Amino acid sequence: MSDVLILGEVKDGSLDIKTLELLGAGKKLAGDLGVGLSMVLMGDAVSSAAEQAVSYGPVRVYKLEHPLLKGFSADLWLASLEQACKKINPRIFLMSHSFIGMELGPRFACRLNTRLTTDCTNLSIDPEDGLLLRTKPVSGGNAISVFKCPLEPQLATVRGKVFEPAEAVDGKGEIVDLPPEIDESMIKVESIEVVKEEIIALDKADVVVSGGAGLGDEDGFEILQDLSKALSKSFGSVMIGCSRMAVDKGWISSDHQVGLTGTMISPDIYVAVGISGAIQHLVGMIHSKKIIAINTDPGCNMFKVADYGVVGDYEKVIPALVKRLEEPS
Amino acid sequence: MKELGIIVCAKQIPDPEAPLSDVSVDAEKKEVIVDAPQVISPFDENALEAALLLQEEIGAKITVLSLGKKVSDTVLRKCLAAGADELILLQDDAFEKLDSHSIASALADAIRKIGEYDLVLTGRQAGDWDSGQVGLILGEMLGLPCINLAGEIKIDDGSVLVKKNIPEGYERVKARMPALVTVSNEVGELRYISRTKMLKMLRGASSIPSWSSENFVTAKEELQKMWIVEISSPPDMRRNCELLDGASPEEKADKLAAVFKALQ
Repeated sequence: MSDVLILGEVKDGSLDIKTLELLGAGKKLAGDLGVGLSMVLMGDAVSSAAEQAVSYGPVRVYKLEHPLLKGFSADLWLASLEQACKKINPRIFLMSHSFIGMELGPRFACRLNTRLTTDCTNLSIDPEDGLLLRTKPVSGGNAISVFKCPLEPQLATVRGKVFEPAEAVDGKGEIVDLPPEIDESMIKVESIEVVKEEIIALDKADVVVSGGAGLGDEDGFEILQDLSKALSKSFGSVMIGCSRMAVDKGWISSDHQVGLTGTMISPDIYVAVGISGAIQHLVGMIHSKKIIAINTDPGCNMFKVADYGVVGDYEKVIPALVKRLEEPS
Repeated sequence: MKELGIIVCAKQIPDPEAPLSDVSVDAEKKEVIVDAPQVISPFDENALEAALLLQEEIGAKITVLSLGKKVSDTVLRKCLAAGADELILLQDDAFEKLDSHSIASALADAIRKIGEYDLVLTGRQAGDWDSGQVGLILGEMLGLPCINLAGEIKIDDGSVLVKKNIPEGYERVKARMPALVTVSNEVGELRYISRTKMLKMLRGASSIPSWSSENFVTAKEELQKMWIVEISSPPDMRRNCELLDGASPEEKADKLAAVFKALQ
């Protein structure tokens, strides 16, 4: 059997959006190769997600259920996946470039002695040799590279919000039980506690007011907070973002980080304050409808990608702006 | 108790903060051309900072490894100026454009040669290929417990304790050492290094050990290069920026307020 296999992820009992995108990507590849598409689902209880998965048309949904697969223990997930893949023997195996895929992908590639390409934005089949062509932004987004590798399974993790999610069809695929043989002795990294926190959903914001190293210190975010408050009266959901540097300096928590290793966003308005615009940041916000930059350096990257720019000291410009926005018109 | 041994893997890359105009693509040679000075990959600097924090807290011997076709000791000496105890350059023509698996395999050989260690730290991903694989593969090859995306690292009685961000909040995990940890930027930026310290280190007479593949790679013939089919430029990101001028911050703010009103 040499199917295209994808790793589905379950959130709150049903398939997450990235999995639907993977289904979309996988279906196309399976079609091009003339083979079947299958899915692996892992967890302590994935029966209803498996039923749901069938309705998207895969030939088979492999269910890897085990009480120890509750939560995400990479060691156990990896062991289960390795066992399953040796039985399924897929030609191509795709995962999301998610928190889970980012850890499983490289370790899985090593264990199966194959090569992985991470964070792919396009996948196709080379008509000459049938190998997977893996397109991926490199150098922070300064270039797009296409990679290939002869080893199987052909392995890639896939960036979110790039592929069209699959739509439900009249699926008739079968659900196959593949219970993993795992036990607690396989756990090398023990989870002490999982603490749920309120995580800011930057990708849901209408407007993002973002700060970087140019703020000079942590207090700069208070000024951005004032602007955010003033804008929220006219613009719906306004949130605070930041560059990687601001997190490195310990000024703000990383759930606010915009960019390649933070959140990729496309709000109606993106206000970049004191952010020079390293490429890794730009790729995370370049699809914003309007970009406004405030910076003291007229030569910085951010002004090259902005629609509107103010060269000046944000500590003076923003309070004046807030005052003006709050005046009755 | 014996001193904690930390190995930090740090890659030298062209400055990823380079202005857009200084980056181009040579499609024929399949190369990204960055007209910028070489620096230590930012997440690897975070990894070094994590090591230095442990050194301050409980004492540690920090060894930095840097692998590449050609590694500049002037760039990497920064690690010593920041507080690392030892730097070993792993350079060889055979290391050019290797795939992640082969880089990890060479690093694993070097680490086995060093022998004694408790913790291996790498950045979560490098700023040139953005692959995010070498650290985890290295951990697998050395048979170590692997912890990905650490935001904070502590040591307690032979175990490493890591706080890491997860999609719904954070998680604390624990593993027996030796262990491998990939480091994310929540750890904090590499500490400030005074000019005097930096100059002292650059002018220092101490020679930096440099190993070629013959010194430590066990299966050179198995090293594989990345198979790059093509490299191209991304879609142009530039927009026509309207600069809002004014004699005072208030004037500029007025014009900016008008922009926001028009966008409502």
